[in-house]
Amino acid sequence: MTHSIYLYIFVAAFVSCLIRVLPLTLIRGKIKNQFIRSFLYYVPYVTLAVMTFPAIIAAPQVPLAGILALIAGIVASWKGMNMLGIAALCCAVVFVCEAIAPFLT
Amino acid sequence: MNRNKNAFINGIRDGIPIALGYFSVAFSLGIVAKKAGLDPFQGFLSSLLNHASAGEYAEFTVIMANAPYLEMAFVILVTNIRYMLMSCALSQKFDPKTSHLHRLLVGFGITDEIFGISIGRTGALNPWYNYGAMVIALPSWAAGTAIGIVAGNVLPASAVSALSVALYGMFIAIIIPASKANRIVGGVVAVSFLVSFAVSKISLFDHMSDSMKISLLTVLIAGIAAYLFPAKDEEEEPEEEARTGNAGADSTKEVI
Repeated sequence: MTHSIYLYIFVAAFVSCLIRVLPLTLIRGKIKNQFIRSFLYYVPYVTLAVMTFPAIIAAPQVPLAGILALIAGIVASWKGMNMLGIAALCCAVVFVCEAIAPFLT
Repeated sequence: MNRNKNAFINGIRDGIPIALGYFSVAFSLGIVAKKAGLDPFQGFLSSLLNHASAGEYAEFTVIMANAPYLEMAFVILVTNIRYMLMSCALSQKFDPKTSHLHRLLVGFGITDEIFGISIGRTGALNPWYNYGAMVIALPSWAAGTAIGIVAGNVLPASAVSALSVALYGMFIAIIIPASKANRIVGGVVAVSFLVSFAVSKISLFDHMSDSMKISLLTVLIAGIAAYLFPAKDEEEEPEEEARTGNAGADSTKEVI
């Protein structure tokens, strides 16, 4: 049996839309339960941290470039650089590292 | 009105690095889409409606396998389950009076990155901020996918490599200031780094998808953190601040 690509796309879109929309529309108002409140307070930071590391090392062609980008990003955001600046800085660190890497080996 | 316009413009501004990162990542997604037999329009449509990197890789794998539609639904549910957690977390960032339509649209637009920048906002979340980011980031993701299908990888490898860390840079820009402001959050972030690294090295987890690992680790670590360190109720103040003038909070956010 052959399937329609459009139908595949709409099934995928429908399910991912439900996943994204349901909690936001069903949970109205502040949750009173202290544990769930605390849990949801930590969720974003844990998710973003887990997604960032060690993936940032695996993303560039040269792993060391990823490590240096991570360090540069952490230092810059500790010093208060804004988001766009940090994103650009990380890109620049990787670009420069990979440009000079061939000359070091 | 003016406040919404301000939030929208800020959303576009913060959406620009997301859009750049998406554009470069979407090429490789387009190459996979092409293998699965999608034409550029179908790739564009898929990315506009589904907008999830891991989720769409899985989607194209299902299409390639000519598997049942039910399998598609299940695979998408599993790979995208982390958005449910994000949606729960965002529900607490909304003013309780936010309308259903706003909730629907913001929910539709949740991606790792847009979620990230929304969490970085102070006070109650203005939906228009998300719309600003969506308007620039989502079409960029969809266009990148379509171009990837047409042209393969049009960017040189060095540019793709450099741009691949843009999105992680944005995540760093969100978690580090929060860690600096709150030591417990800092500890939780550090533990998350360590555990995530350990899990990536343990072969037992090799067959588990990255998305599944993210969801699992999030539930575990955030759950333990919530049990050990109940968060203090400090939501009331920023909410009021947001009501009196979000525009003011917007401009100060960058300075701090």
